[in-house]
Amino acid sequence: MSSEKVLNFMGARLPATALSVIMLVVAIGALAMNGLKLGLDFTGGAQVEVSFSEPADIPEIRGILNNQGLTNPVAVLFGSDTEVLIRTQGAMSDGGEQALRSRLQPLGASLEAVNRAPRDSGTFTQELVFSGADRSALKAGDVLPERFFGSVEYNTSGDNVSALVENSLDTAYTAELLEVLEAETGSQVELRRSEYVGPQIGAELRDEGGLGMLVALAVVMLYVAARFQFKFSVGAVLALIHDVIIVVGFFALFRIDFDLTVLAAVLAVIGYSLNDTIVVYDRIRENFRRMRKGSPAEVINTSLTQTLERTCITSLTTLLVLIMLFVFGGELISGFAIALIVGVMVGTYSSIYVSANTLMWMHISKEDLMPPEKEGAEVDEMP
Amino acid sequence: MLNRYPLWKYLLIVVVAVLGFIYSIPNLYPPDDVIQISGSSSTLTIDESVLNRARESLDEAGIDYFAGEYSDTSALLRFNNGEDQLQGKKVVQEALGADYVVALNQAPTTPEWLMAIGGSPMKLGLDLRGGVHFLLEVDVDSAIAKRQETSAEEMKDALREARIRYLDFEVKGPVIHGLFRSEDLRDEAVSALRGDYRDMLFSTDTPATEGRFRFTATLSEAAQRQMEQDALAQNLTTLRKRVNELGVSEPIVQSQGRDRIIVQLPGVQDTAEAKRVIGKTANLEFRLEAEPNALGATTEEFEYRGYPAVLERKIILTGDHVTNANASLDPETSMPQVNITLDSLGGTKMNHATRSNIGRRMGVLFIEYKTRMNTEVDDNGEQVQVPEQYVERSVINLATVQGALGVQFRITGLDSPRAASELALMLRSGALAAPMYFVEERTIGPSLGAENIQLGIKSLQWGLGLVLLFMLVYYKVFGVFANIALAVNVLLLVSVMSLLGATLTLPGIAGIVLTVGMAVDANVLIFARIREELKLGASPQSAISSGYDRAYVSILDANITTLIVAVILYAIGSGPVKGFAVTLSIGILTSMFTAIMGTRALTNLVYGRRKNLKKLWI
Repeated sequence: MSSEKVLNFMGARLPATALSVIMLVVAIGALAMNGLKLGLDFTGGAQVEVSFSEPADIPEIRGILNNQGLTNPVAVLFGSDTEVLIRTQGAMSDGGEQALRSRLQPLGASLEAVNRAPRDSGTFTQELVFSGADRSALKAGDVLPERFFGSVEYNTSGDNVSALVENSLDTAYTAELLEVLEAETGSQVELRRSEYVGPQIGAELRDEGGLGMLVALAVVMLYVAARFQFKFSVGAVLALIHDVIIVVGFFALFRIDFDLTVLAAVLAVIGYSLNDTIVVYDRIRENFRRMRKGSPAEVINTSLTQTLERTCITSLTTLLVLIMLFVFGGELISGFAIALIVGVMVGTYSSIYVSANTLMWMHISKEDLMPPEKEGAEVDEMP
Repeated sequence: MLNRYPLWKYLLIVVVAVLGFIYSIPNLYPPDDVIQISGSSSTLTIDESVLNRARESLDEAGIDYFAGEYSDTSALLRFNNGEDQLQGKKVVQEALGADYVVALNQAPTTPEWLMAIGGSPMKLGLDLRGGVHFLLEVDVDSAIAKRQETSAEEMKDALREARIRYLDFEVKGPVIHGLFRSEDLRDEAVSALRGDYRDMLFSTDTPATEGRFRFTATLSEAAQRQMEQDALAQNLTTLRKRVNELGVSEPIVQSQGRDRIIVQLPGVQDTAEAKRVIGKTANLEFRLEAEPNALGATTEEFEYRGYPAVLERKIILTGDHVTNANASLDPETSMPQVNITLDSLGGTKMNHATRSNIGRRMGVLFIEYKTRMNTEVDDNGEQVQVPEQYVERSVINLATVQGALGVQFRITGLDSPRAASELALMLRSGALAAPMYFVEERTIGPSLGAENIQLGIKSLQWGLGLVLLFMLVYYKVFGVFANIALAVNVLLLVSVMSLLGATLTLPGIAGIVLTVGMAVDANVLIFARIREELKLGASPQSAISSGYDRAYVSILDANITTLIVAVILYAIGSGPVKGFAVTLSIGILTSMFTAIMGTRALTNLVYGRRKNLKKLWI
């Protein structure tokens, strides 16, 4: 690349603007139609990751889960063909209740309530109240198998029998589910991890995530306005919004799980894209002050050409490590890597065609950038 | 023109790089899986014979271990892997019995000279080590309602004593409703009660219904907030004590927000057991020692320090009324003592019971609900572990009542400061201030943790390798400078994280990988600028100089904005996201140092003194 030759970036302003608009429309459309497939962190619910000794048959596992009384159970392969992630919208205890009912039915009994164990009940965690059967019938029917519930203590109160159980319904049911999967698939099953997030936590994280993004944008706008000029801060923030919408839209379009680590990645995209934009702006400011003649478009083109090498190489090295992270980092980190890969590409593009372009739309001029000269001038005039 | 650094700058860079190297070494020594044996009470000392019993049991079971050491309070046995450790724990616990606590732990293998200068490896997060994570919500509302119920009872007592007749009292959350037959009675009651309940707002605005006149007493916002804080603080203390009992190394028990508590137990796999211990109940009872001629039916015998202690069956009060207990030294005698604070109802009860019984002894009974595993042979002839619940009651203190006690009193005559702090801990742990609910629960298996580390390291190796290669090919000699700087940067990042005691998580590793990709940015900016200057016809020396100078502003601006985002990420994020934010921020700071000062020093060292430098390999 020769320093003489200036690439006419701004000549492609209109097509680029059109491209941005198309990408934004697709992203927003995907968000509106598909919605964001929020991960467990945000929706609340329960999930378990299990590994099978043999390649897992997902349709078969789905079939098993659908008979379990879980709320919208989902089973997907996670990383390899023996790892399966099972998720349910509600708590694991939903499945536990259904399993209990199916064992109670032959006895003509029913589950009345699930309470916390009273305070002075030692190591018991929950109290299950049954009606329609006495304790010996419940024991004989093996309604609360010890291998799931731990030790159980029955008490009769009026017509109801209450049972204090050592393991709560969700813990007991997780163990039961593994056994069911083992029995029906004929493969050995090992629990890799289990997670439960209460619905209120999910909602709070959603709010905090959104708030964090807004705060980040506001602080960036202030910083850029202070370091550069108001028009620059509008450009920077527009570029960031552009990037965030496209990355989030990408996740909606391809229905990739959006969880807490992806949110972190999106915020990191804000950091990266801003980094790019600032470097470009720095050059534009410098050139506006240095180049005596030349229209704004020429100044911007020169600046973009001068920073192009750096922009490309930094994007390249960053993409290199991100692709390695995507390839080798495992399933837990893949969403994070995808968000950043998309974000770095879009961020590189937006530092040219959104941030710099906005300056054109806002009619940036030399006067906007002249350093305040008052003090300097006064000093000069002094005898 | 020449590019030269003063000597002190070179020295500074060398010293920082060497320190970074030294303090990242501890991470090369993975900790050993150990079991830790300690006495279940402070009076038991650990000596050679205990260790030998443990060793014998392991030898018998054929479990490999490789080192044993002991101090006064605990002994350690090291194992080759986590499986041996788990089995070893079971075997040793069986051999030593319930007098000893056998806990899983990890012992650092950092060489002594490194430990001496403060070196330690990074802590691994749950996602890398395996373990359980709980988020508990403290139900403050029910604690407030409970307190208001107690207050309502007290108000009734007070009105009865003052001979003011009331119809009924109702408690709805933080609001007490008092119902009266006439307006006069109600107003009389309010003026009688108001002085004693300064933290409540009394109101008589509610219109009378069906001839019932009512006042409402609402616990003030400030008092509710105070209760919230106290409940959280007490639950934290209680949880810490309980978690310590689980024998987990480096457990985390900390508050999050106004009413939540995070509990993280690395290495633990059995959520059911962890949940039981966390949610378990222990209680305290204060009872008077029985008179020698008391009827057998009104007394109960316990053991206290090996001697029988006979207490009355009548309970003065239970542990719920203990709001605080601290160990301290008596300022006059310098003897250890425990200061106890009761709530107001507890104070009244204690006063009633003690003022006519000065000179008698009062016992503190600690009641714990425990589980032990019994090995039984089942129908199939296999050995199975059967849990059995039992209640353990023990007198933890017996002291003479020296005066009428009230809300605050102290127990003296304790053997040692350690015994005093243990008693205080037991008094405090009597009860949770407010019930808690599990709102989040995560378990990560140990194999998944180990796998995550491997995946992380593999992607770091590949990412770093490719970036190094690319920089070398693209920038030649200057690429070498940038690569040395990048390598030092990774060392610095690791050593700073080790020194800060930061926790490494999987997103944290991702942060390091990302830093590697982005850290070269500063060098790319500088080198691109130098190339530009050369093209514009500048001499190599002045191209180097102005390249560094001109790129500096851009680098600073770009990094500060990224740092702002990282700080916001830290502030709003939780758990793993925080880990990412920490590595990202530290990475930005260390990369500014290495990429600007480090490469400049190398450049100056190689090219700076050559007056007739004609060509730069860039």
